[in-house]
Amino acid sequence: MSFYQRYADYKDFDFLGFFEDITDHDVLQVLGKEKRNEKDFLILLSPQAGKYLEAMAQKAHRLTVQHFGKVILLYTPLYLADYCVNRCAYCSFNVVNSFPRKRLSMEELEREAQAIARTELKHILILTGESRHHTPVEYIRDCVRILKKYFSSIAIEIYPLKREEYRQLVDEGVDGLTIYQEVYNEKVYDEVHISGPKKNYRYRLDAPERGCQAGMRSVNIGTLLGLDDWRREAFFMGLHAAYLQNQYLDVEIGVSLPRIRPHIGSFQPKSPVGDRDLVQIMLAVRLFLPRVGIAISTREQADLRDHLLPLGVTRMSAGVSTAVGGHTDKAAGSSQFDISDHRSVEEMKVMLKKKGYQPIFKDWDRI
Amino acid sequence: MKDTFTIGGIALKSRLFVGTGKFSSHQIMTEAIEASNAQVVTVALRRIDLDSAEENVLNFIPKNCILLPNTSGARTAEEAVRIARIARAAGCGNWIKIEVISDHKYLLPDNYETIKATEILAKEGFVVLPYMNPDLMVAKRLQEAGAAAVMPLGAPIGTNRGLKTKEMIRILIDEINLPIIVDAGIGKPSEAAEAMEMGAAAVLVNTAIATAGDPVAMARAFDLAVQAGRMAHISGPGATRLYAEASSPLTGFLE
Repeated sequence: MSFYQRYADYKDFDFLGFFEDITDHDVLQVLGKEKRNEKDFLILLSPQAGKYLEAMAQKAHRLTVQHFGKVILLYTPLYLADYCVNRCAYCSFNVVNSFPRKRLSMEELEREAQAIARTELKHILILTGESRHHTPVEYIRDCVRILKKYFSSIAIEIYPLKREEYRQLVDEGVDGLTIYQEVYNEKVYDEVHISGPKKNYRYRLDAPERGCQAGMRSVNIGTLLGLDDWRREAFFMGLHAAYLQNQYLDVEIGVSLPRIRPHIGSFQPKSPVGDRDLVQIMLAVRLFLPRVGIAISTREQADLRDHLLPLGVTRMSAGVSTAVGGHTDKAAGSSQFDISDHRSVEEMKVMLKKKGYQPIFKDWDRI
Repeated sequence: MKDTFTIGGIALKSRLFVGTGKFSSHQIMTEAIEASNAQVVTVALRRIDLDSAEENVLNFIPKNCILLPNTSGARTAEEAVRIARIARAAGCGNWIKIEVISDHKYLLPDNYETIKATEILAKEGFVVLPYMNPDLMVAKRLQEAGAAAVMPLGAPIGTNRGLKTKEMIRILIDEINLPIIVDAGIGKPSEAAEAMEMGAAAVLVNTAIATAGDPVAMARAFDLAVQAGRMAHISGPGATRLYAEASSPLTGFLE
């Protein structure tokens, strides 16, 4: 079994036709339900449901507070390297972009870790581009060995691995996996991933599942909003999260809602996703999957992030740099994408407290 | 009247246990715990940040409370045991609430793994309070394994749905010779009172207090409800009748 079968069920589904037939009554009925199925989820993603954002928001807020409380987990990304062999139309690390590439040495990594640890963060997400030559699994393992001294939870956002390789990292102390499909539409996937191992759609699609099987505690998926029609993409992402939740009951499944940001290169999003659209996606996901974790990254502006906070968010990044070595060297190299929210951990903490939320720095202990 | 119950050799007066998750701030949590008059406070070991004075939740639990660390996050008996040992080594005492959950959708406990963990930890001298899905045979096994109390769920954690498992809990109260502490699912003070009227030794409440509009007032309401329910239980409520007593009895001719 693979999520691909579920994807295939809907691959040729007439989304537009389905949306056209939805009435206000349908939306209200779904809102009144206690448990929502995948068709209900699609109704909540419809243009018709866009008229009911406030009612959706009230429900989503209550569900989030009930299941997660008034707390937000804070974490920060740490970029290990920016070597990459892929040509992805939307990413700065694209192999054809020429900029001085860098990989952290163990000494540099330790300094980055110390700088981040001083902010009291305990959850870290490590990232690299895809280059098995420059950043093989052994290198990641060495990094984890160092980071373990400073952080109680280590998640990875790296190129897709084999199940066995995920297991090696779990054994070393990694407890979380983040991997975005980027775009579920297979055709668009093929277009924007021009060359490189990332061209293999199925291998990437099954990566979260391999992570679940390898013993990851939390697995976080996402679609890069803007690459294809957002209603369809959000639907597949929600379906994917539900699939993983059902297959791997013991894994905490989370989703991220990244929108395409400016980066090196001239790629423009095909299907721009407005703020209202982003809100509708978040609310629909929360109402469909009450227990799923939702992350909003610093791709979004501070003001918008603050407003999204009560709608379903459970995790936020803080004190972010998307450049390799960016936590110790402010003039560090090229970043993967431009961030919009430059607030420090301390500033995020103050904001959360002001909004009546408790910032959580530690929610896991390596055992 | 002195009405106490004993766990791990300690006589407890308050029959309301409270949790520390989901509060909007440490300060509100402290005030709510104080208002609840709870003597036993549970905290997830994974949340305890010993490195940070400002963020360490332990610093915000009133000093006179008994700490009941829990193994939240454990998916197997083995992990629960490891967490319990870490908690004891970290100075959190030797009480442990076992939570083994391998289901992230409903957060239902794994009774089988819970029994295994209880057995190991009781032998190591822990005062073990296992959180479980109310099942008589499992409760008996937990008793044999050395549990200090049994904590059946009223409804899945965080659902505030009340005593959905009431009939099963009633059986545990009748049959198990250990304090039965209803944990999880209690959403309203009236439901806490109901559990106490039934004869539960105590209740554990977290979500219903932490996510209330006014957590401090809600904590106090739960304290009062638990006391009222307990008092009603001891007083022995009058028998309830389905029909009014007939004025012309059918067996009157026998007199």
